[in-house]
Amino acid sequence: MKRIFSVLLVMILVFGAIGCAPKATETSTTEETEATEAVTEAATEAAPLTVGFIYVGPIGDGGWTFAHDQGRLYLEQELGVKTLYKESVPEDAEVKTVVKGMIDQGASVIFGTSFGYMEFMDQLAKEFPDVKFLHCSGYMSSENMNNYFGKIEEPRYLSGIVAGMKSQNGKLGYVAAFPIPEVIRGINAFTLGAQSVNPAVEVEVVWTSTWYDPALEKEAAKALIANGADVIAQHQDTAGPQQAAEEAGVFAIGYNSPSKEKAPNAYLTAPIWNWGPYYVDQVKKVQEGTWSSVNYWGGMADGIVALDALSEIAPTEAQAKVDEVSAKILSGEFAPFQGPIYDQTGALKVNEGEVLADADQLSMMWFVKGVKGTIE
Amino acid sequence: MFKITKQRELPIVKVVLIKLAAIACGLMLLGVALAFLGHNPIKVYSELVLGALGSSYRLVETINVMIPLTITALGVLIAFKMKFWNIGAEGQIAMGAIAGSYLALFHSNLPKPILLVGMVLLAMLAGGVWALIPAFFKVRYNSNETLFTLMMNYLAIQLIVFLQFSAWKDPKSFGFAKIAQFNESAIFPKLFGVHIGWVAMLFLVFAIYMLINHTKLGYEICVVGTSKNTAKYAGMDVKGTILKTLFLSGAIAGLVGVFQASAINGTLSVQVSGGYGFTAIIIAWLSGMSTLVVPFTAFFFAILTQGANYIQTVFQIPQALAEVMQAVILIFALGSEFFVTYRIEWQSKGGPTT
Repeated sequence: MKRIFSVLLVMILVFGAIGCAPKATETSTTEETEATEAVTEAATEAAPLTVGFIYVGPIGDGGWTFAHDQGRLYLEQELGVKTLYKESVPEDAEVKTVVKGMIDQGASVIFGTSFGYMEFMDQLAKEFPDVKFLHCSGYMSSENMNNYFGKIEEPRYLSGIVAGMKSQNGKLGYVAAFPIPEVIRGINAFTLGAQSVNPAVEVEVVWTSTWYDPALEKEAAKALIANGADVIAQHQDTAGPQQAAEEAGVFAIGYNSPSKEKAPNAYLTAPIWNWGPYYVDQVKKVQEGTWSSVNYWGGMADGIVALDALSEIAPTEAQAKVDEVSAKILSGEFAPFQGPIYDQTGALKVNEGEVLADADQLSMMWFVKGVKGTIE
Repeated sequence: MFKITKQRELPIVKVVLIKLAAIACGLMLLGVALAFLGHNPIKVYSELVLGALGSSYRLVETINVMIPLTITALGVLIAFKMKFWNIGAEGQIAMGAIAGSYLALFHSNLPKPILLVGMVLLAMLAGGVWALIPAFFKVRYNSNETLFTLMMNYLAIQLIVFLQFSAWKDPKSFGFAKIAQFNESAIFPKLFGVHIGWVAMLFLVFAIYMLINHTKLGYEICVVGTSKNTAKYAGMDVKGTILKTLFLSGAIAGLVGVFQASAINGTLSVQVSGGYGFTAIIIAWLSGMSTLVVPFTAFFFAILTQGANYIQTVFQIPQALAEVMQAVILIFALGSEFFVTYRIEWQSKGGPTT
């Protein structure tokens, strides 16, 4: 009995110590004091800015996270700021723990690079008003939190042209993560691109419900290939689907980063990201004190998205067509969601000569005609 | 040659020394690996400790990990005392989280105290019933509880997947599979900067200690664990003891579920059990099945977990390596059990001596 009391006593002392550390005793203010303490600590040291990045997968994914990390390295090189990063942060409350840890280490700018981080970043933005939050691919924003993304559907449309020309049987497969507007836009743009060169083309969609799972992505691609698809496209973070295509002797369109070396006999091209310049621009504005929460949605003309060089196994006539459409997109003469566009039921969604409004693109929850799949 | 013989009961100091020595060996081995990667191991280790304890914020985060580990370990411990190998804490946590989340999501208009107490009771009931199922099959059909409880984990986790991806999916999420955040009224309050679970943790350490050492049920648990036949001969209700104990074991894990869902995550997600159910088994084991040692072992593990997270960002050590570090320390700590239970005798006669 004596032992148990001494143990309990020690534990109570430990907890007492934590309780006393911040001055305030009311629980509600405790958190705030801690928060401001951490922030002012970072601010007093002034000059060197610390920027934190949270990633949904490992940098070695060779895709999405790799592309963001290239941006981080470019930022370090250009501005000499200190960066922190954490890989494989799940899209749940763990985000808050990780970000608070970064703020505790002096970070005053946070880049969150996955859709599912949005809600937690929004909560953090309210809790830490002096920290700048930049969230990739969402829609919530506030005084100190913006959203940034790129019109990846532009190069996706171009990749559709390449796939449509390469396919022998007009059956394309698409391994997709979640049925959210970001992914649906990509599928639709890819399909429209393919249809522009091969009107009878069909795109079958398989959902994986994960951004990053190399094995599952590969399995999904195998299923599509078994159903007859001879070109596989993807909205996933790894080269898993491309490797499935390589093994089955069919072709693949990558995503995020050039990945020809991952599947040299299957890789045609890929819509790719170039985050570096945007990261430099934003952090520079923070340094100069001119940053404000402005949502960003750049396209090919801004250089944030592009189509990778076509590989030598891409159809020879594709280059000319890609160049032609690419020039029109750059000049603003053409956009992927330019009418007439019909949905799966055959209903006219965008009239001839019109372009789907940005707001409708950002909340797109329907498939164009020619897509085989359902939005759950 | 050498011979391995059963160790006599070692004094507690010696046991602790053996375990510490094992962990030191693990750290040295890792130090070599870190040095090869161009890091100064001593600096990495000191940052690891600083990352877990270096500021009040970090200490709170470490305690947030310690709470579920301690409570879950206490839950599995009482089943282990009975030699009922309940490795289903992961699933029992999940069921507790589901039950608590049900109230939090669909009855959030209840007055806050009633809602929170209701969440706790419902979560404990769900966790308890989930553990009662394998216990029932054990006493009725003598099924293997190790496999049974393990499989029940996957059922519970898949149930969350189902809820997250269809039944309870947040309609406002634009197709993204997640459950809506709880209302403010369904979030457990904080006391001294740490969510209220720490009070439950301290209470449970005390209560389980008393239960095992100073109550009839506790005595019965120990007798059943030593020999069922003895228990039967002494006229004990063996089946009843197993059922009661497993309900309690599951209910304690269920409590962890509702704390994690509400106080830590603010909603239900597939990651709610976070592997705590499995780590708790190791903690109960490393604590030598001693209730009062559990919080300290759990605190050590929490430091390891939080510290490993911290050094990832400080030294930019890849996540995989940080996980390897934890695993190596674990293997050494568990491996040291061998030297606690057995001893090696070097024999000068016969074969070559060392």
